[in-house]
Amino acid sequence: MSMSANAAGAMTASSFLRRHWVWLAMLALMLVLPWAFYDHDRGRHSGFAVTLLSEMALMSIFALSYNMLMGQAGLLSFGHAVLFGVGAFFVAHTLNFIKASGLPIPVELMPLVGGIGGLVCGVITGYVATKQRATAFAMITLGVGELLTAAALMFMTFFGGEGGITTNRAIDTSILGIAYTKPIQVYYLLVFWAMIAAVLMYLQTQTPLGRMANATRDNFERTQFVGYDPQVIRYWQYILSGFFAGIAGGMYCLVYEIVTFDTLAAVKSANALLATYIGGAIGFIGPIMGAVLVVGMQSGISLYTSSWLLYLGVIFILMVIYAPGGLLGLIAMHIPIARMGRLGELAVPYARVFVPTLIMTVGFVLFVELATHQTINAAQGKKFSLLGFAPNPGGTVVWVAAIVAMIAGALWLRHAGRGFMAKWNALMEDAKAQGIVV
Amino acid sequence: MEVFVVSLLNGLVYGMLLFMLASGLTLIFSMMGVLNFAHASAYMLGAYLAYTLSLYVGFWIALILAPILCGLMGAAIEMWGLRRVHKNGHIAELLYTFGLVLIIEKVVQMTWGLIAVPYRIPSGLDFALFDLWGTDFPAYRGFMLLISALMFLSIWLGLTRTRIGLVIQAALTHPDMVGALGHNVPRVFTIVFAAGTALAGLAGVIGGNYRVTEPSMAFSMGPIVFVVVVFGGLGSLTGCFIASILMGMIQTFAVVLDYSLADLLAVFGFIVTKATPGSEFLMVTLPRIAALLPFILLVLILVLRPRGLMGTRDT
Repeated sequence: MSMSANAAGAMTASSFLRRHWVWLAMLALMLVLPWAFYDHDRGRHSGFAVTLLSEMALMSIFALSYNMLMGQAGLLSFGHAVLFGVGAFFVAHTLNFIKASGLPIPVELMPLVGGIGGLVCGVITGYVATKQRATAFAMITLGVGELLTAAALMFMTFFGGEGGITTNRAIDTSILGIAYTKPIQVYYLLVFWAMIAAVLMYLQTQTPLGRMANATRDNFERTQFVGYDPQVIRYWQYILSGFFAGIAGGMYCLVYEIVTFDTLAAVKSANALLATYIGGAIGFIGPIMGAVLVVGMQSGISLYTSSWLLYLGVIFILMVIYAPGGLLGLIAMHIPIARMGRLGELAVPYARVFVPTLIMTVGFVLFVELATHQTINAAQGKKFSLLGFAPNPGGTVVWVAAIVAMIAGALWLRHAGRGFMAKWNALMEDAKAQGIVV
Repeated sequence: MEVFVVSLLNGLVYGMLLFMLASGLTLIFSMMGVLNFAHASAYMLGAYLAYTLSLYVGFWIALILAPILCGLMGAAIEMWGLRRVHKNGHIAELLYTFGLVLIIEKVVQMTWGLIAVPYRIPSGLDFALFDLWGTDFPAYRGFMLLISALMFLSIWLGLTRTRIGLVIQAALTHPDMVGALGHNVPRVFTIVFAAGTALAGLAGVIGGNYRVTEPSMAFSMGPIVFVVVVFGGLGSLTGCFIASILMGMIQTFAVVLDYSLADLLAVFGFIVTKATPGSEFLMVTLPRIAALLPFILLVLILVLRPRGLMGTRDT
């Protein structure tokens, strides 16, 4: 009797592992990663790495909440940061209030407070925005975003004007007795809330509301015939999305301890849009990939160049034109070939495309960096160098080299691309013949 | 009276500038359903190109060349970019133009630097046209009004008196039917897109030295132009014209009328002090919320009347 119960227990445990390994792997990765940047000499974590990881965690949640609108409901928002920012301001005020009043509200609950802030903001702005869909919805969110950003500079009591609201997370009301003075402590709190928020958002996609949001995206009129009101579905989806965006905002406030009007502004909304689209709005995990990439570029590449936004813009445009499914879509395209077990056959074609792409990219980056140097950096007295390579930026040779590399790379890529497409199409034909793709 | 007349004239100048930007966008938006985010970027490029060109060939030739260059860029964007993305739907098109905004802004920063360039009014137009109660009315504003009036006239004549204009008008309301009648709708799209972008460039040429030529000018102008287009209504140039002038007037008058809700309440005998609940909201003066007014109007019109002032169909 007891043996069979044990066996059943082992069975469920193994099936649980098999079904949810992605989540567990992600959790393990998030827990382990800070230790990869542990400085043994000084006995502490790299502050930069921990802040970067925290930013990735909170941007992932923000992008996931954005995808609840864009990917799931087909609603393109240009003012999503409003929900994020209001959540962050809620937390900043709550922390200050706890400190002033001495109420024993634990710091651990702050992301939830942010969520409530986002929810309240979602109820209000969503009521206006979700009356419309498609382009009109996008325009209303744009208007609401601009409206609140401008208002944030005007109303000092809640938004603090230009200076924003500063706060202090080390207020000693932790239920776990953690002081939250070190960034790594905050990071693990963020991991906890990010996991909960991500799991909840995933489960939401399985609920009737999540399913009906998909239905309104795919066939708006038919949803009405089935007897649902698309406006109500949009509204609920928007409110829930606001809740999760608010959680991300609360995390932001805990990490930086200052919230300014920037958190509401259009640039923040654009970040969510870029992350979600580049990662891929077609699947649940896409926005997480996109957020990691965007934050990585924002924090990593921006150390080396001020033109990172240009590179991000170029990647974004290329994605819109060639890979509307984002990174996730690109990966998904390979699945049928992998199922046939013939992924290896793509290695040589890929290598052939890779070389001209590299040449073109190097030429482009060199050109952009040279131009940026001549107009902006030279005036600031900076020296030109690119990955240790430091030519004279005024010289003709480097400029010609950059332009030649760009054009020659592009022409070669065009030629090599044809060979790649031929191989790709042949493989896809085979996949169709075997019934793997319909 | 003096303030009123001067504001009226300034509002008219600003409104006509807005119309020059918005008219092209309205045509593009109505025909292709694409809300072109990069439209204000063309305005910025127009100003920058005119600045550089005027250094070499003078303002008057730049006035013609810069819009042509912008128009060519518009045609290239439409033919090699938008058409490719078109099959992925409206959202992809919107995102494509959104990406262009990011790229154009960075390219402008890369080429002309982060700070404003000294793009100035040509010396031939730098005098006072007439005098209003001691305030000079600059000749350049008169010139701006003249250019925009000429442009308005030529658009109107072009749309009502030429064959291509009639096809465009038909395509505004019934794009599928026009295609079914055998007209080359994609080519019409390219022409409209290029012409719209050229107009935005022209607005940049004459607006860049009236205001400031800096990398953030697209970002500050873009949303206002959207407001005008949506407010005026899809497929209606008349609506667009009225909305432009209205927006110009609202923005100009809001800056000079230094009143707040508290002042209004004071008329009825309620004195608002710092202690009054909501005093922060009540004491905000009109000039401070001038920048907010267009967006309040945008949200209101989209919620209450999605087809805009004189639109023929919903946004």
